[in-house]
Amino acid sequence: MTQDALSGGFADPARAAAEAFRASLDALARPGTIHRASGGSGPAPLSPAAATLLLTLCDAGTPLHLAGDHDTADIRAWVAFHLGAPLVAPGAAQFALGTWQALGPLGAYPQGESEYPDRSATLIVECGALEARGSRLTGPGIATEARLSLPETEAFRANAARFPLGLDFFFCAGDRLAALPRTTRVEAG
Amino acid sequence: MSGGSSSAVAGVVAGPAGTTEGSSAMMDGQAEAYNFAYLDEETKRMIRRALLKAVAIPGYQVPFASREMPMPYGWGTGGVQLTAACLRPDDTLKVIDQGADDTTNAVSIRRFFQRTADVAVTERTAEATVIQTRHRIPETPLREDQILVYQVPIPEPMRFLEPRETETRKMHALEEYGLMHVKLYEDIARHGHIATSYAYPVKVEGRYVMDPSPIPKFDNPKMEMAALQLFGAGREQRIYAIPPHTRVVSLDFEDHPFEASKADQACALCGAEDSYLDEVITDDAGTRMYVCSDTDYCGTRQAAGEEAR
Repeated sequence: MTQDALSGGFADPARAAAEAFRASLDALARPGTIHRASGGSGPAPLSPAAATLLLTLCDAGTPLHLAGDHDTADIRAWVAFHLGAPLVAPGAAQFALGTWQALGPLGAYPQGESEYPDRSATLIVECGALEARGSRLTGPGIATEARLSLPETEAFRANAARFPLGLDFFFCAGDRLAALPRTTRVEAG
Repeated sequence: MSGGSSSAVAGVVAGPAGTTEGSSAMMDGQAEAYNFAYLDEETKRMIRRALLKAVAIPGYQVPFASREMPMPYGWGTGGVQLTAACLRPDDTLKVIDQGADDTTNAVSIRRFFQRTADVAVTERTAEATVIQTRHRIPETPLREDQILVYQVPIPEPMRFLEPRETETRKMHALEEYGLMHVKLYEDIARHGHIATSYAYPVKVEGRYVMDPSPIPKFDNPKMEMAALQLFGAGREQRIYAIPPHTRVVSLDFEDHPFEASKADQACALCGAEDSYLDEVITDDAGTRMYVCSDTDYCGTRQAAGEEAR
């Protein structure tokens, strides 16, 4: 799939962003639930869900890190046109985009400060697939337990142990997304 | 943490007459010339990012660059901004003020979003997808697919004990909440019981102490609910949240346990004994009656013919 930098934005920005934000809010408030997020698209390998998330949350005020295969000239041009987000190294990133392997190590991203734990990065993780099975999730937003196909468990366990500091994650596959806030306790499924 | 913002929402007036002077081109199908849900998109992104961090850190107050809204501080500018950032075109909005749908504040906010977002509105708790509230939680239990947005005057639970933000922020960082317990203890020393009856402090998920906004403490136990709860303080520029199914514990002592109290009466209109009651003075001789503060709950019960008297 080739796509030029100028296309792929929301057709109706205010309403499309409203729909996409509610999907991401629902996903983060109920870890493990899978939601549809569409309306945006970008150059490969950017998934429609990740493109939609970027269009909804990022702009010139949010430093963005592109990791691994997502750091292409095409995606840089798409980001420059649609978001205007400054591209930065992990240590300065408010958002980061890439596959799980490319994004690591997680310690490189801002984890928040004890007085301002909100000053931490949000990672947008591109996945091959998202399914409601695998790792066992418990914590705020989950009535009993939830299941989600996570790339691993140890990194999320370590992240949750740092609460209230830590990173928050969105997982994207095609036009579907799920999320994992730092509060969720993750165990192997 | 807020995104840099240069855009302004000034220049539009939200009076009942509905002037649209100074706003941009007409939107298709929308009667008003406002952007969907009033706020510009850059502002919404800033609020949305703060909302996501608030959900990720339950009970922690996220600073945000609150905007001036076409209503005075104290009328729910924080709640209105959160509602504007959350609303989808097919949402059904309910707005309550002290439990009532028909007060000036509730009516004007509801009408504001009808005009700027063209959303459906309702007075029925069960039919709403987004409920903005001032100082009450509806009696009808909320569901997974609903969002409750609180208007918050003072978000910092320890503000009246410690006026310096630098200090209270450090207390939250160090999880040092002794001052809050001293306050409750002084209540006991002075009155024989914990006299705090509204804005009763809670601890969220065992970490942050949080002001639940001035809801009566009768409502505190309801905060462990299936719906997402968002709190917006416009003047104080803070957003915080409680995700669904999150532990919310009202602070207390072993020998003075928390008690959710209400007037020891039944509603004079619908006979409900389980709902929070307002005391209404009916003449100059001090005659009074107690009625449900939740108008939808009371009205529904009356319509169902459950009058007890």
